[in-house]
Amino acid sequence: MTATTATVELPRRPAAAARAWRLVRRHLLDVYALLALAYLFLPIGVVVAFSFNNPLGRFNFTWQGFTLRNWAHPLDYPGLGSAIQVSLEIAFLSSLVATVLGTMIALALVRYRFRGSGATNLLIFVPMTTPEIVMGASLLTLFLNWRIPQGFGTILIAHVMFNISYVVVTVRARLVGFDRHLEEAAMDLGANELVTFWRVTLPLIAPGILAAALLAFALSIDDFVITYFNAGTTTTFPLFVWGAARVAVPPQINVIGTAIFVIAIAAMLANVLLQSRRARRA
Amino acid sequence: MTAIEAAPTPRRGEVAEYDIRLIGLTKRFEDVVAVDGISLDVERGRFFALLGPSGCGKTTTLRMIGGFEEPTAGRIELGGVDVGGLPPYRRDVNTVFQSYALFPHLSIFENVAFGLRRRGVRGDELRRRVGEGLELVGLAGLERRKPRQLSGGQQQRIALARALVNRPRVLLLDEPLGALDLKLRKEMQLELKRIQHEVGITFVHVTHDQEEAMTMADRIVIMNEGRIEQVGTPSELYESPRTSFVAGFLGVSNLLPGTVVGDDRVRLADGTEVHVPREALAGRSGAVQIGVRPEKLRLGGGEVNTLAGVVSESAYIGVSTQYIVDTPAGAVTVYVQNDRRGAEGAAPGDRLTLGWSPDCTFVVDVQEDS
Repeated sequence: MTATTATVELPRRPAAAARAWRLVRRHLLDVYALLALAYLFLPIGVVVAFSFNNPLGRFNFTWQGFTLRNWAHPLDYPGLGSAIQVSLEIAFLSSLVATVLGTMIALALVRYRFRGSGATNLLIFVPMTTPEIVMGASLLTLFLNWRIPQGFGTILIAHVMFNISYVVVTVRARLVGFDRHLEEAAMDLGANELVTFWRVTLPLIAPGILAAALLAFALSIDDFVITYFNAGTTTTFPLFVWGAARVAVPPQINVIGTAIFVIAIAAMLANVLLQSRRARRA
Repeated sequence: MTAIEAAPTPRRGEVAEYDIRLIGLTKRFEDVVAVDGISLDVERGRFFALLGPSGCGKTTTLRMIGGFEEPTAGRIELGGVDVGGLPPYRRDVNTVFQSYALFPHLSIFENVAFGLRRRGVRGDELRRRVGEGLELVGLAGLERRKPRQLSGGQQQRIALARALVNRPRVLLLDEPLGALDLKLRKEMQLELKRIQHEVGITFVHVTHDQEEAMTMADRIVIMNEGRIEQVGTPSELYESPRTSFVAGFLGVSNLLPGTVVGDDRVRLADGTEVHVPREALAGRSGAVQIGVRPEKLRLGGGEVNTLAGVVSESAYIGVSTQYIVDTPAGAVTVYVQNDRRGAEGAAPGDRLTLGWSPDCTFVVDVQEDS
């Protein structure tokens, strides 16, 4: 804004300054974008770099030297392997259950008006907006009162609970634009309700369901706060990292973190490629 | 080109000559009555058009026949069997939807094969019948495309093929031509008529376009405010409309108020007595309206019925010239065929006599709200 005014006031500005200003103006956005990306990716870069570190002591905090040893033995730390296994099991089971339940809730909410549907539409947001620490503590109170022993089961219940909300919201977005005439056409052509659902409804909302399942998986596998309250003696990967950090930070944690990051990026790329190939074929 | 065989002829002992019978059919939404106790018989192999303005209940009627809406009261019989309470997939009818409703995730082949697969048709038989269906609508060779790769007109044909390959008892068409442009719509009207002749299946076609209904259908059902106004062939409805709504909805009519003064005479507002067919009066007495189509009027006398007036406007539109003539009985529209040079004789301000034959006169009740 001020620059334009200056141009008006000083029409015979030296050519060099004008060229410099053009250069800045042309690249200002690029520089800004680079800084923003650096801000986002620097921490991840550190995680990746330190997975190749060869620490002297128990804490992987200062750069000592490059090694591939950590990658050769990614689970070479007591308790790490089982924690990862527990995390994967809970993430898989909770996203599966939440996706099935959440999809059915979304279908009911979009398709039908029933007593309490308005309230459900609102209440479905509550688990997303409640502070995790409050939800974790409250759940623990509930489990203690009902004398339910904490462990794998209570973690699973907690994860299914908060995942359902995200699944409902994601699938509902996909369902809102759904052309009901397609289902009528299927039934008109001889498909009963079940066949109509399998052959027409499900394939058309599948991308939304898949997105919801992946989101649920991602939310579950790195949840710490709610899990911490309801884990009992069970240890998930986030709990393991937290516990280990007090006595040691092994580089294996960086290796696992990097691996999860790489897998996520790979899955994303695969999805993008698949979509663009499908779009080109269509 | 008989790609799809004609609908099966009635089996021995089967008495149903009607493919569809509606008996006192009513549909109420909350406090709105969409369809108000209509009864209708649809004979086998006919091309029926349900015609009426938007909101007249024609689409709701079609959806009740298809099984997508539950009637509030009344019966629906398909081939003599009460189908009340049966879901759409248990009714021997297929629908072409206004939005076509092609399955976007399936190829054209799978779209057309959808109904056949549900009936367990597989393998060569399936491929043969899908191929025949596509050939019938002139789109063979597009089997592997997806619906969104097709133009609107092509999608419309696929929707038609997808319904017809199942050889239903009745094909229901819900304004299927509404989304097409004028030229394509005209083409498809003739195409639909050809296909109906070819397959011999009963068609029930919903439309608000009177020209479309007259072009295609051999029976037209005119609906208004949830009721049936009149059922008949296009010429019956045009030549002898029974209500002022039908007279006004189908083409242009001159309606003149009058009073019945004999068993074949009506006195108009200005005192002129005109002759009407005895059967058109049908025992009416008191206030009525007589109607004459604009092209049935002649400039100049020489007819049984005459009416004097002054030309107030004339418009030359090529095939005919349209006049508006002010008469003491009311303003009258006249179309004069330009079948020879100089046929357009009259000019605004000219005083002349209009003449018409009693045969071309119809009688309707006075409209309640006028």
